[in-house]
Amino acid sequence: MKTEKKLDLQKLLAPAALVILYVFFSIFGNNFFSLDMVKNILESSYYIGFMAFGVTFIIITGGIDLSLGTVMMCSALLGGYVFKQLHWPLVLALVTAVAVGSLFGLVNGTLVAKLKLPPFIATLGSMMMAQGIGSVITKVQSQTWPTATEPVGGWFKKVFIRCNLQFGDTKISGFPVGALWLIAFFIIAALILHKTKFGRYVFAIGSNEEAARLSGINVDKWKILTYTLAGFFVGMSGIFYAAAYTTITPGTGNGQEMNGITGVVIGGTSMAGGSGTMVGTLIGVFIMSVLKNGLAACGLQAPWQTFFTGLVVIGAVLLDIQRTKAANRVKKS
Amino acid sequence: MGDVILRMHGIQKYFPGVHALDNAQLEVRAGEVMALVGENGAGKSTLMKILTGIYKKDDGAIELFGENVEFHDPRDAQHRGISIVHQELNLMQDLTVAENIFIGREPTSGIFLNKAKQDQMTQELLESLNLHIDARTQVKRLTVAKQQMVEIAKALSFKSTKVLVLDEPSAALTDSELEDLFKFIRRLKATGVGIVYISHRMEELKQITDRITVMRDGQYVDTVNTADVTIDEVVKMMVGRVIYEEPKSHSNVPADAPVVLEVDDLCSDDVKNVSFQLKKGEILGFAGLMGAGRTETMRLICGADKRDAGTIKVNGKEANIHHPKDAVDLGIGYLSEDRKRFGLCLGLSVADNTVLPSLEELSGLLFVKDDQVNQRTGEYIDKLSTKTPSTSTLLRSLSGGNQQKVVIAKWLLRDCDVLIFDEPTRGIDVGAKSEIYKLMNQLAAEGKSIIMISSEMPELLRMSDRIVVMCEGRVTGELDIAEATQEKIMSYATRREVEQAS
Repeated sequence: MKTEKKLDLQKLLAPAALVILYVFFSIFGNNFFSLDMVKNILESSYYIGFMAFGVTFIIITGGIDLSLGTVMMCSALLGGYVFKQLHWPLVLALVTAVAVGSLFGLVNGTLVAKLKLPPFIATLGSMMMAQGIGSVITKVQSQTWPTATEPVGGWFKKVFIRCNLQFGDTKISGFPVGALWLIAFFIIAALILHKTKFGRYVFAIGSNEEAARLSGINVDKWKILTYTLAGFFVGMSGIFYAAAYTTITPGTGNGQEMNGITGVVIGGTSMAGGSGTMVGTLIGVFIMSVLKNGLAACGLQAPWQTFFTGLVVIGAVLLDIQRTKAANRVKKS
Repeated sequence: MGDVILRMHGIQKYFPGVHALDNAQLEVRAGEVMALVGENGAGKSTLMKILTGIYKKDDGAIELFGENVEFHDPRDAQHRGISIVHQELNLMQDLTVAENIFIGREPTSGIFLNKAKQDQMTQELLESLNLHIDARTQVKRLTVAKQQMVEIAKALSFKSTKVLVLDEPSAALTDSELEDLFKFIRRLKATGVGIVYISHRMEELKQITDRITVMRDGQYVDTVNTADVTIDEVVKMMVGRVIYEEPKSHSNVPADAPVVLEVDDLCSDDVKNVSFQLKKGEILGFAGLMGAGRTETMRLICGADKRDAGTIKVNGKEANIHHPKDAVDLGIGYLSEDRKRFGLCLGLSVADNTVLPSLEELSGLLFVKDDQVNQRTGEYIDKLSTKTPSTSTLLRSLSGGNQQKVVIAKWLLRDCDVLIFDEPTRGIDVGAKSEIYKLMNQLAAEGKSIIMISSEMPELLRMSDRIVVMCEGRVTGELDIAEATQEKIMSYATRREVEQAS
């Protein structure tokens, strides 16, 4: 009975941290406690959120994906390229972005499952390949997605970032519509992870791959699907990155994967595989963006934000180790 | 024969819940080869681990040259002249022979390694042992026999070595390699080193040993001169325990029961032309010593490893098994000897583990039917009387016996008709053991066909309708339960290829 209670406390750790951080910055930050800040926090969490949802699946299978950041940029770049340079309709540009992400996921999955490459190496390779391909196709030119005032594709930002709504007489300006997307896809991801056969296999593979294989599960197939699904989410994050920042520069994206992975780990998913929740990832992502905006509100500049993010990564992994230790203690008794 | 150099007596060792050694003893003289024999689990390894300082004894004494000694760690034992060559080779494959032998005590000049000196010292050592190996060869380029001898050379490179323990040195050797090893051991004897030789191969004892110490169930049985006894007498001493479990007297399977599984000429690296049949409702025991190829055979049948040749027929139809999924789809469930590694997801719940192979059926169009999962899991918890607080309890918090029941439930729920139990009672306490036995009998009576690998002969004799005995990857005998005895099984289990040919 005692151990059950302890585990519950562990589960509350991430939400508690989120609340504490929010309260802390509300007290010490400049203009942190405001509706605008809530919008800022939400908006800076979209692309990290999608990345994190996808990689949650991979980390639960006991793998890792280092290509998240550059694949996201590659998706955004190529989507922007087909829209601006080839004059494809915006909808097709969005499809392109998602397809690029999924394709990289498929490649990662095949390398890991069929060719038995360690995920770290496989995705390190595709991380560089994604960066290279994005630069080659765009001839190292920055690509711009449409802004809200543009005649062609002006709806892009309104659909994905913020829009003005009107209900009868009440007008809401700058409604963070991206949050609806984030929540919708969070629900989809959570259902897939926790309610489907595929989700169960993801946990089983991460908990004991060989036992899963001997139970008659086609581990290779499900692993490929896991990486491909993650790739799909990375493609989505490319769209939201483009919607937030408009201009995409080739050769960037390196390091963004850490934002996603950190969010997952803070949210309580074990790097060792076999355990984790989608809610945890959502909370972890919010912790990251509260931290980012809060530090800025305290007057700390970007280098300090990077420093503190690093600190949080170490803290989160230490927490992961403690969790694993605690779990192993239960085993002995 | 030389003076007594080592005497262990009254050795007691307790592990949690197990009295591993009870009054064990061993005596070694200078220049003799003392065999230490006994069944798996007789306590040979534990005794040797105490001698070499890996375990601490709870009582008793070790006398070296008439002097009482206490070893606190393996280094300590080594410095006092006791070396061991373990069954698994502990060489670093990518390093050279010289580097392996002098690892941790490399000769240096100043702050740098003195490679030339190290190579020279090694070469001298190898030559003094009449071993024709270049000290600069990478270990992975040597045959297993040569590697074994490098291990022995390493043990002897500690100048003080007076007692050398060889733990199953012949397990991985071919006959000609074995001859080399024996020559080598005879030369060693001449230098006055006392050798403890552990082996399961009975006929070797006659060839190389001077005396034999027999252990059984953690106790000392007797020490005899090799020349004075026959192999049969030694085997009898090894297995002669009182059998608490009543052996089955006759098979429960009707002679005309249909064959559900037929294996023909199965081959792989460790499995040589294995053929056998399994009948409906039968419990087919698989006996043999460790490394006899029983587990390897079963892994081929359930698709865990790739077979080089051979056919598997299920219910008379040839089965194309290339992946565990194929075997599971045909209703073959494998319960591994190593539950934690191959059988279970310890970090997941009882329900998740139980339904893992059956999720296809328990899923709707999109989602897993959780209520059905819990209901079916509950059914099997009741049926097998698994002790668990709930279906959502994590598996790692259950006891070994209950974990085993979850594995059984997993395959029953999948509706498997052929169940392969690999050491089903390993690491399970006595009470849970008899429950597992009862369950297996019940399953067989319901028409399930069971293969049971076991290293415990009383267990085999109590449970099996028929016993297949394996040795070195081959089937060396098949016994109906009515005619099976421990002695017969043991003699088949130690029947090596040479002996069979003659």
